[in-house]
Amino acid sequence: MDDLYRDYILEHYRRPHNFGVIDAPTATYEGANPLCGDRITMQLGVTNGVVERVGFTGRGCAISQASASLLTDEIKGKPLVEVTKLRVDDVLDLLGIEISPARLKCATLSLDTVQHAIADDPPGGGAPNATRAAAAETDA
Amino acid sequence: MTLTSEPGVADGAVLPAVRAGALDAYAIRDEFPILSREVHGHRVVYLDSASTSQKPRAVIEAVDAFYREYNANVHRGIYEFGERSTNAYERARVEVARFINAPDSHELIFTRNATEAINLVAYSWGRRNIGRGDAIVLTEMEHHANLVPWQILVQERDGDLEFIPITDDGLLRLDVYEVLLRVKPKLVAFTHVSNTLGTINPVREMVDMAHAAGALVLIDGAQAVPHVPVDVQSLGADFYAFSGHKMLAPMGSGALWARRELLEAMPPFLGGGEMIREVHLRRSDFNDIPWKFEAGTPAVADAVGLGAAAQYLRGLGMDHVRDHERDLLAYALDVLPREVPGIELYGPLDVDQRGGVVPFNLPGIHPHDVAQVLDRFGIAVRAGHHCTMPLHERLELAATARASFNVYSTRDDIDALVAGLRQVQTIFEG
Ligand SMILES: Cc1ncc(COP(=O)(O)O)c(C=O)c1O
Repeated sequence: MDDLYRDYILEHYRRPHNFGVIDAPTATYEGANPLCGDRITMQLGVTNGVVERVGFTGRGCAISQASASLLTDEIKGKPLVEVTKLRVDDVLDLLGIEISPARLKCATLSLDTVQHAIADDPPGGGAPNATRAAAAETDA
Repeated sequence: MTLTSEPGVADGAVLPAVRAGALDAYAIRDEFPILSREVHGHRVVYLDSASTSQKPRAVIEAVDAFYREYNANVHRGIYEFGERSTNAYERARVEVARFINAPDSHELIFTRNATEAINLVAYSWGRRNIGRGDAIVLTEMEHHANLVPWQILVQERDGDLEFIPITDDGLLRLDVYEVLLRVKPKLVAFTHVSNTLGTINPVREMVDMAHAAGALVLIDGAQAVPHVPVDVQSLGADFYAFSGHKMLAPMGSGALWARRELLEAMPPFLGGGEMIREVHLRRSDFNDIPWKFEAGTPAVADAVGLGAAAQYLRGLGMDHVRDHERDLLAYALDVLPREVPGIELYGPLDVDQRGGVVPFNLPGIHPHDVAQVLDRFGIAVRAGHHCTMPLHERLELAATARASFNVYSTRDDIDALVAGLRQVQTIFEG
């Protein structure tokens, strides 16, 4: 279990990649995990069906921040159709650590948020800059 | 009905855990089997008692004895086990009623937990007494258990909710409360002790103010009954709800106390067996209190365990329990800021106005990560919003970590927490 906070996870947490807002995003979505108070806003700049630019902002635990950092690296330059196919296991592979069920939501918040952003703004349609909070259904 | 003696602490027995008028927490620790376990190779440092408490041998044995020696349904069987079971159940009621100094044990209703006790009042009393435009006054520091049932009620009945705000230190703004009472609320409902900040609210004063304004008062005592002496008569409350599992008793035990005339005037909560006197095809006569509110087969063994827990705590003396936890709180509030650089602490600074609850944050480190790393060292703290999301919003905090104490907590536990938090900082700041 000491493997959870590996150096590269902490490195992504301290200096996340793709952190910040991007110019003229084609899709924006704010995802939240009310259980732990994590909040992430994902912005995508999609051109010709390819995620050319991506940025995220927000606060959360090391696992959710590292996962957003790794995921944004992963999807940058990828065709949208491939991004929509990403599954929870892909994110866990990117993280490369054992995630307990209690922390699964932290690990997958970034993917959920990206997928909501895409669903809200399908390629070739949808309003740019549509921001909506993802209200998760869970409570303690 | 004769009340035969079931396992527990004999009246007047002096427990080894009380010496020279103070609790010996180390001796008490030995009475909680789970605390001698190891977690990840470390001794257990259980600092999440506000969530649920651990159970002493006296309680575990009382539950065990029920199932091994006399398990039977209550108020039914005309045979040895049934009589013993009924006796033990009703004896537990007397014990628990006595623990909060209820004037009449029939005013004490067994529930599954504080949440169910509050919902009982919201559904049964609330539906009959709250109508269009009627106000209920709550506070910004309520646990969701004392918020959501009232939201549901006023949505259904077209009533209103008003909230007493808090100061940045986590004290209720009584000056605003005074003004809110001018809307002539039907009910004021608030927590005796905050589960998040530890604030001990001035119940008596607030009850008097409510009564003067013509409102009834419900107190959420989930964090009070386990930690401070509670006397429902001197508090002057109308309804008092609490959980057993936070006061050393089994999960699934809890209680509602209310004044007899209120309970008698209230319609039943759930319908079924046990709560009736006579049933006809189209109508029924309801049983007397408290059974009117205890439909179906109750959690008898858990109630017996709750009685044993009340007896155990009475043996320790709630004044001693309170003194012990105030000492621990003072110690924690002293060492944490000195030994853990940058730690942010929340809640009242005056230990006389606060129970053994210590919410905190380490700057730049999410409480989930704090809790996860502490777990490596066998230290259990809660991380999140502790079922008080509006309070966290008010304090502009996404989440906090929380250490909380009980009778078995020791200074060693706090020292372990300090050492653990420094490890967290090393890992994250390294
Ligand atoms: C102040 C307060 N009220 C109510 C509750 C609800 O208790 P239960 O979950 O046992 O119903 C809690 C438990 O956390 C609490 O701390």
